[in-house]
Amino acid sequence: MRIAALRRTDKKLITKNRVNWLSERLPINEYIRQHLTQYYLPKNLNFWYFFGFLSLFTFFLQVVTGIWLTLFYTPTPEGAFNSIEMIMRDIPYGWLLRYLHSSGASVFFILIYAHIFRSLLYGSYKKPRELVWLLGVCLYIILLLEAFLGYLLPWGQTSYWASQIGTSLLDSIPKIGHTLTLWIRGNNVVAGETLHRFFAFHVIAIPLSLIFIIRLHLIALHKVGCNNPEGISIQTKTCLHNKTLSKVPFHPYYTIKELLALLIFLFIFSVIVFFVPEMHGYFLEANNFIPADPLLTPDHIQPLWYLAPFYGVLCVIPNKTLGILVMGGVIFMLLMLPWLDRNPVRSMRNRGYYSRFALANFILSFSLLSYISTTVFTPNKVIFVQILLLNYFLFFLLMPFYTKYEKNKPLPQSLCGK
Amino acid sequence: MEEDRRHLLAIIIALLAGFGVATSAIPFLASLQPTAETLAQATTPVEVDLSHLAPGESMVVAWENKPIWIIRRTQTMLDNLPNIHPLLRDPDSLTEQQPAYARNEYRSLNPEYLILIGLCTHLGCSPLFKPKLGELNLKLPGGLYCPCHGSKFDLAGRVMKGVPAPTNLKVPPYRFTNEHTVVIGENPMLV
Repeated sequence: MRIAALRRTDKKLITKNRVNWLSERLPINEYIRQHLTQYYLPKNLNFWYFFGFLSLFTFFLQVVTGIWLTLFYTPTPEGAFNSIEMIMRDIPYGWLLRYLHSSGASVFFILIYAHIFRSLLYGSYKKPRELVWLLGVCLYIILLLEAFLGYLLPWGQTSYWASQIGTSLLDSIPKIGHTLTLWIRGNNVVAGETLHRFFAFHVIAIPLSLIFIIRLHLIALHKVGCNNPEGISIQTKTCLHNKTLSKVPFHPYYTIKELLALLIFLFIFSVIVFFVPEMHGYFLEANNFIPADPLLTPDHIQPLWYLAPFYGVLCVIPNKTLGILVMGGVIFMLLMLPWLDRNPVRSMRNRGYYSRFALANFILSFSLLSYISTTVFTPNKVIFVQILLLNYFLFFLLMPFYTKYEKNKPLPQSLCGK
Repeated sequence: MEEDRRHLLAIIIALLAGFGVATSAIPFLASLQPTAETLAQATTPVEVDLSHLAPGESMVVAWENKPIWIIRRTQTMLDNLPNIHPLLRDPDSLTEQQPAYARNEYRSLNPEYLILIGLCTHLGCSPLFKPKLGELNLKLPGGLYCPCHGSKFDLAGRVMKGVPAPTNLKVPPYRFTNEHTVVIGENPMLV
């Protein structure tokens, strides 16, 4: 009896010792505590807060499907288009891997836009989270670049001419522009050399930098803590007057919610991948099923929807250099946001009507700008898009004024209720 | 009660999640298999014309993307085969490295033509044809020598003792349609 009991304790001790051996040499427990079980989040986070995690998941999915696609893809002008067709027709489940990756790119941007909208809605870019916001905008820019580079790889007509346009942008830089374009392309036009370097950057260089900056984005967030829909700072974990919690640990309270969000997301994503992977030309254009022809531009070049606003800017500004400057300005304005907003209140819930109206106007302008840019431009549309673009810039340029003079609502004192 | 219920729910969730992860691995693993095109190649026989192959010469053709050796042996080569049994690991071809109709002293249908899959049974390099006397540092009328790890085979593809290769070289299925034409990848028709 006693010996058996001793043996049992011995076995338990051995297992415990093995776990200890590892945790004495790797900061596993500290990491879990710091980022999961003792990382506290406000208790009132709503569904807008799922999109960061879902973006991270989609990034992981893009990496995995991307690795698998490189197993079958050939990055040469002669082989690229056919290797994609081979993936679609010959490789077992190749169609699924490719559609997961191509729809995944579009879905990634939908998630990122929702994630950015959440920040605008609840003022997550404001002090002390300016760096989280800046890193986030950097991620958005790099993601646009990643998508742009990846879009050349199928070597279809849209791929080819979109890259031709994209690399020609550099041409307008005074003095060095021409040399720079030639240097980036490795040829007079987009060619085999360009395809090789775009492939290398798309599959390794940019993803590596994305991983690094995502890590920074999260470290910076965990340092300053998560904002919440009320936009108020919460110092204590419990409320003083009624002993209820105002903060809960990330694990298990939010991990279980994120899992539910993931299930819903996967359901919707599967419907897209299995039933409308091309999304009627928005995720994959018809012209891109024609092999690239460097001697013939298609009648209508439709940009991918997530690159459309930038493409639209180029179409409606009747000056090459100015068009590129305005396009840069569209991004630059986002970086300036934390310092343009002079309202001390973070969340739209507690702000006055000026900010709410401005945000609604901004979202509407950007969405319409994107949508119209995917269609064929007419003279009337050009004027309309110019107005939308003006709206976009006015949102930022007038922000220091309307945020200063608007009348806010009284802030709630805590998340504890009355 | 409450604790038990939660424990059961947690187990069910974990099992379902595990099932989900396992099934979503299927397309990733299945895509690594050979494509239908590659599999079709494996069932496509190759017809070879032997009329230009002189006695003592060899040729290589591809079947299933593998090198196939065809060696036309001289009478001297054939006469020597039974003499070197003591040097061989499996002189009677007991290991199934050949179709039943090639399990004989010459390991072939027609003693004159030796047809082998030219991949060493050690780690898959393609051996070199060394038909001349003494080329394998032995008093032998030549054989096959693998340059990667030094395995040696006689002129019937049988492995020598004391080399890393464990078994005789493989004989593919083949049949003769006439005296000078062989089809590799098809068994002889039963008449």
